[in-house]
Amino acid sequence: MGKYVLKRLVLMIFTLLVIVTICFLLVRLLPREFPVDKNQEAVLKDRFEALGYNKPLLSQLFIYFKNIFTKGDFGTSWYIAYRRPVTEVIGQRLLPTVLVNFYSLIFSIPLGILFGVYAAIKKNKWQDQVISTGVMIFVSVPSYVYAFLVQYFLCFKLNLFPLTLKALNDAGGSWFSGAMFHSMVPAIIALSFGEIAGLCRFTRAELTETLTSDYMLLARTKGLTRAQATSRHALKNAMVPILPMIISSFIGILGGSFIIEQIFSIPGVGSLYIKSINLLDYDVFMADTIFYTFIGLLAGIVVDLSYGLIDPRIRMGEK
Amino acid sequence: MANEFYDENKQRHIPAEKLKFANQGVKLSDKKFQDKPIGYFKDAWIRFCKNKASIVALIIIIIIFLFSILTPLIERRYNSSFMDTYYQRRPPITTWGYNLGIDGTQSRDFSDKSLVTAYAIGVGAYDALGEGKPIGETLDGYKFQPIRKITKTFRKLEAGANNQNSEKVYYKARIDRYLEVGFLYMDIEQSEYQKIVDWQEETGKQVLYPIVANNDYNYDVIIGSPKSANYWYKTDAKGYPVRTTETGMTRKIPLTKEDGTFDTSIVLEDNYMRDSAGNLVYYRNVGGGDHSSSLFRIRVLYYNYYIYTNGFEPNYIMGTDSQGYDLALRLAEGIQLSLFISVFVCLINFIIGAMYGAVEGYYGGAVDIILERVSDILANVPFIVVATLFQLHLAKKVGPLVSLIFAFVLTGWIGIASRVRSQFYRFKNQEYVMAARTLGASDTRIIWKHIFPNTLGTIITASALSIPGFIFSESMLSFLGIVKLGGAGRTSLGTLLSDASAIWMNYPHLMIFPALIISLLMISFNLFGNGLRDAFNPSLRGSE
Repeated sequence: MGKYVLKRLVLMIFTLLVIVTICFLLVRLLPREFPVDKNQEAVLKDRFEALGYNKPLLSQLFIYFKNIFTKGDFGTSWYIAYRRPVTEVIGQRLLPTVLVNFYSLIFSIPLGILFGVYAAIKKNKWQDQVISTGVMIFVSVPSYVYAFLVQYFLCFKLNLFPLTLKALNDAGGSWFSGAMFHSMVPAIIALSFGEIAGLCRFTRAELTETLTSDYMLLARTKGLTRAQATSRHALKNAMVPILPMIISSFIGILGGSFIIEQIFSIPGVGSLYIKSINLLDYDVFMADTIFYTFIGLLAGIVVDLSYGLIDPRIRMGEK
Repeated sequence: MANEFYDENKQRHIPAEKLKFANQGVKLSDKKFQDKPIGYFKDAWIRFCKNKASIVALIIIIIIFLFSILTPLIERRYNSSFMDTYYQRRPPITTWGYNLGIDGTQSRDFSDKSLVTAYAIGVGAYDALGEGKPIGETLDGYKFQPIRKITKTFRKLEAGANNQNSEKVYYKARIDRYLEVGFLYMDIEQSEYQKIVDWQEETGKQVLYPIVANNDYNYDVIIGSPKSANYWYKTDAKGYPVRTTETGMTRKIPLTKEDGTFDTSIVLEDNYMRDSAGNLVYYRNVGGGDHSSSLFRIRVLYYNYYIYTNGFEPNYIMGTDSQGYDLALRLAEGIQLSLFISVFVCLINFIIGAMYGAVEGYYGGAVDIILERVSDILANVPFIVVATLFQLHLAKKVGPLVSLIFAFVLTGWIGIASRVRSQFYRFKNQEYVMAARTLGASDTRIIWKHIFPNTLGTIITASALSIPGFIFSESMLSFLGIVKLGGAGRTSLGTLLSDASAIWMNYPHLMIFPALIISLLMISFNLFGNGLRDAFNPSLRGSE
């Protein structure tokens, strides 16, 4: 197991380095844009010269990696937040993204599993048909459509919530205040639809499979009631693939949703990414890219490893 | 007789002459099959047809596709460059559906001042000569009265001066958004003027209306909007209708009755320009050039002017978009583009994925490890980053559409390739492959003739299921502004949504139609793909 983990980690770092290198080269090949103001332009040009932005690409790459590994310096933001380190800029944006997605997850996971279990138990009855049809619709319809519906009906027509996320100062200066949560609710609801539907579909599929297994028959013949057998045997086994999926969703909340952040003006990582493209703030863009790539890779590894942890019978990487 | 042979006693004593060969003289051979043989695809098709949901989905897809093809043909009058800058963001209106509610109206809240402005458009059209007719006369179905119906009267607290809140009356009313444009000033050439006069006589539709005086009673002058010409009645400096007394004083006209309802019996006092003889003036020479080419400024009722310039009444079944294009036509273009992108990308991915996966899976070993690493790296670059980099690098050279297709293709084939690869691993060591190899078949022949057909079902399913993903990605990227596909005669579903995103609260039709179509497409393609999967691979039925 240890050897397998090590192998996966090394591979992950290798993949990450290759991706970062390619993206870095592609980004540095793009022409830089300077402010219209002559003085500012001169200042920026001097700074870029000093930072080695005009050196050959490979030495730029070397400097970039050196800074990352020795100082943890991912570059500097020049337009979004003038001369602030990129790590700080991203760090500030992480909390809103994580909060909104976290709330949505703790709301949708129990509901998703509940619906899924119910549909599996009532398989092929009308309850299952209703849930499955709903799931099909909710999985397919893009998240921004829910966002619009929520915004239109709950925020605009009924006036229950503000249209977009409140600014930090208006909400008592804290991301954890009640007013902030209140303004997050539309985004949370919009995010939850897809999450609930996806989880429900997955749970239903897994549970229907375990419910028809031989050990369930054995459990019933031993005298367990249907409820007992389902909760003690079927559910436990169905959870083996479901839990890794939940874990990966929890890693995914770092990345958040671009569109939901855009619609509800959440000052998160996703909207930072869009902003960095519009302003051509390349260092921020680069760091954001690394961040997203890293999350994706990490989620993959954690999911694979968690299988082995949850169910020791599954031995990863063994021939 | 029939039981003779079954009678045990008699059977023992069958005389020899009664025995004969059953099929003597008949040539025996295998009979030809009566039914046609059912192949893999036919079998899948039969199974697909039994899946009602998928058939419905397929029909919906076909209907949407037909809509996108037929709309430009049916709506000939609006070609893809037809655009009316005054009718932007207007709700659906059709001549045939006028009584069904598709009449271009919208519900909105009015203050008494804004309500009288809207009413005045109707009165101005009705009482073209300034004879002083009350608002009430235009209310019984007069065609050019934009206010259809007041549905609600309510009071709202408003912060007034000195922090004193005052209650103000508001009206909820349905207003015709096309008539609401009302009167406009247009600068035209003299010859054009004569044409309009002739056209008026011919059709009986009035386009030209008297010019409004340029004085202190004209609210359009006060707020400085030179094009608009809706304030034909006298107003004070705040836009309230006033009446002038004989002494030259002005008095506000009270708009509401004591019980708070709007007083429709009021008569607005016209502010038309009159010449020395007291006649109404219908044009003003605004100069420029010599006598024949100098421009006339005329005041037109835009609804009729639209009919005059285009030859038909506004007829937008889905309303108009934020630039003034026919939304149905834009939507058709958007569907065409989105479907084209997704199907085209799907085909390319199919080809690349099949070849890549076949090589990976068939040769295995070192080739597999290297190729797998390459696709692993590509698969782990976030798609949004790929799309962004392609746009930043290529959009100026080859255009945003081609860059987007490149981005889709760069990572899109990986899923297909991995499916093909695993299928190849499954089939490449089977006996029939070995037999083919023993008979001397080349690698290419074994790959494409013997193993690849086995993977077809899987990858057709995977391709079909990837289409909604492309539609969604395109709409997302357009929505976020990373890809800019819009332009005259070309738009995508995502572009329509992103155009609408900032303003759609007040113009819901801008969002509803594109969002509905996207949702329908996504649901249908998913159902269709699931149907294909069940048809090609019945053992997977029910699992997701």
